[in-house]
Amino acid sequence: MSSKKFPTVRGSSRIINLPIADFFVQQFGSGSPILWLHSEDYYELSLPLIQNLAQKYKVIVPWMPGYGKTDLPNKIRTIDDLSYAYLDLLEKLKLQKLRLVGFSVGGWLANEIASKDCSRISKMSLVCPLGVKIGGPYDRDIEDIYYHPTAKVQSLKFSNPKQDPMVPTELSESEAFVLARSKETTAKLCWDPYFHNPTLKNRLHRITVKTQVIWGSRNRLAKVKYGKAYAKLLPKSDFVSISGTGHFPHVERPDRFDPILNKFLR
Amino acid sequence: MEFYHFTEFPWPYLPPEDEFTSMRVNLPSSVFDPKIGADLYHSYLDQHKLADELGLNCMINEHHQTATCINSAAPLSVAIAARETKNARICILGNPAANLRDPIRCAEEMAMIDNLSHGRLECGFVRGVPYELFGSNCNPTETSERMWESVELMQNAWATHDGPFNYEGRWIHKRQVNVWPRVYQDPHPPIWMTGGSDVNHATRAVENGFTFTMFLTPAAGMRKMFDGIKNNLKKKGLPKPADDLLAFMPLLAVGETEAEALEYIHEVFWYVSNNKAEPQFRAPPGYVETPLYANFLSGRFSGGRTDAIREKGMEYFRENGVAVYGTPDSVVQQIKDLYKKVDGFGHLIGMMHSGDMPFNHTEKSMRLFAEEVVPQLKDLGTVSSSLGPLKERGRPIQASKFLGRTDALANARASWMKKKTKKAKAA
Repeated sequence: MSSKKFPTVRGSSRIINLPIADFFVQQFGSGSPILWLHSEDYYELSLPLIQNLAQKYKVIVPWMPGYGKTDLPNKIRTIDDLSYAYLDLLEKLKLQKLRLVGFSVGGWLANEIASKDCSRISKMSLVCPLGVKIGGPYDRDIEDIYYHPTAKVQSLKFSNPKQDPMVPTELSESEAFVLARSKETTAKLCWDPYFHNPTLKNRLHRITVKTQVIWGSRNRLAKVKYGKAYAKLLPKSDFVSISGTGHFPHVERPDRFDPILNKFLR
Repeated sequence: MEFYHFTEFPWPYLPPEDEFTSMRVNLPSSVFDPKIGADLYHSYLDQHKLADELGLNCMINEHHQTATCINSAAPLSVAIAARETKNARICILGNPAANLRDPIRCAEEMAMIDNLSHGRLECGFVRGVPYELFGSNCNPTETSERMWESVELMQNAWATHDGPFNYEGRWIHKRQVNVWPRVYQDPHPPIWMTGGSDVNHATRAVENGFTFTMFLTPAAGMRKMFDGIKNNLKKKGLPKPADDLLAFMPLLAVGETEAEALEYIHEVFWYVSNNKAEPQFRAPPGYVETPLYANFLSGRFSGGRTDAIREKGMEYFRENGVAVYGTPDSVVQQIKDLYKKVDGFGHLIGMMHSGDMPFNHTEKSMRLFAEEVVPQLKDLGTVSSSLGPLKERGRPIQASKFLGRTDALANARASWMKKKTKKAKAA
């Protein structure tokens, strides 16, 4: 990750070994807990917003296994599989009244967790979550990031592609290795079915907590229409669109994004 | 040494290069004209008949969604060759074992072909080039595992003759596996695999008694891989493999004169110069080893094997054994040199046709190769003295002791049967 735009936030960290997977977990601040579920592009691991939230909350940031700190065990093949590791983590950390914040695949993961057990969760903010199939078999709900050239993929993810903080050609060899490993992890979990779990939709009704769905108005990876339909599947959800942003509104317009999230988490 | 003719069944009539971004994955099929294509198929199948008449073997492959290869279901053309040829060994290289949803169907197809050809099938399995993953939708991070599981299941399915067995593995679940017909060659046709950069995969192939093949690899790279395999085997306490467990495919052309050979090899070179593909199709995440993929992402490596060598010109190709061409005597010398440089291989697959190379050019090149080159080289190298995994293959035997591959395999099969009977008696 290019460190020019996002200085790495400092906090305590530890490895937590669990039966399904090991987690590298960072913790910032104290107060009511927030579980921060990063996206497949892990920009959220270095957002200044974490520091701001840490003034009021205990922000717990588990790095998804396979994203540079701990390995993704071979036995895990899906976000569904992985959600059980997170349920173990919630139990291990004895978390209660938890605010879940999930970005993209992290939002999908939040829904996988909450649809199995909501009892430790008080509310969820989902930022452009993926994970369900909305349209028919011939509809491409989520654009194919593997099929398109890099520049096109950037324009799918960002309203203004220049906002992409990731500049792979500026990475050191070790940073490039982490990026490669992370992309392999994403592919392993999301290649097929493509960024969704066909059965998740059947159990979203079990999510009984207040949920906020935030979408970038110019999200070309998964359009606003998809986001709205997704939000409707969540029983207690509100849909918020942020203008002038794509799939990562928190990266493109923190000035618009941060207040919306802050207000919801209160 | 064994010799194979190869054409990749190209569709050579492409739009101007600036009008498309890739020959693979996304080139619309409107580019293909069935009225011309139908004749092309017959012309390519005729090359297999010709190879057989000349005493050469055939190698046949498949690719998908590409103008580089319209042989998208290789078992069909292999089956045709099985019927239309008499003596040629027919090598399918290969069945895309990682991308096949039903390997048992593949085991059945190969068993039928082995019967149709009276036991002339050489059965290759490949992971498939990265481009294939976009059409097949198979997860690139899992292709290796899937391929090995498929191949091992097919091997067991071919070798089982006492009714159904149960199989519930990681990728494949079958509760009543009972492949009909029984394969012609006991315990199953010789198995081949391919590889590029992963020496552990290559080692595993040879250790299992499979022929490991490299395509268009410069001699130094091939030597490095073959040495790597042999070192790994040595560390495991295994013997050095016979040459028939290693194979290589260069571009190949033989002419009466150097000038004629140069004309033909330039026609074959179409395959290298017409290989336009968008970079992301070459490197889906998880297809290659992580450090190589990291270099691709950060721009330290362009991703294409042929890209890296394409720029260097024909003479570079010849010096490195990637293109073998010239008069018959020159070609004999080049192959002997290459054999020495890489420390031995037992199968040479000559890509002797590509693009819109006229049939009579290919025919002449093949004829000169079969009549004037092969007789000087067929005794080169060693063959396995038995079948099965490497540890059971015994000491390599000089190829000169046999009349060819079929003869050498018959000897190896007899030795394998003897051991099997002895084992059964002891039990």
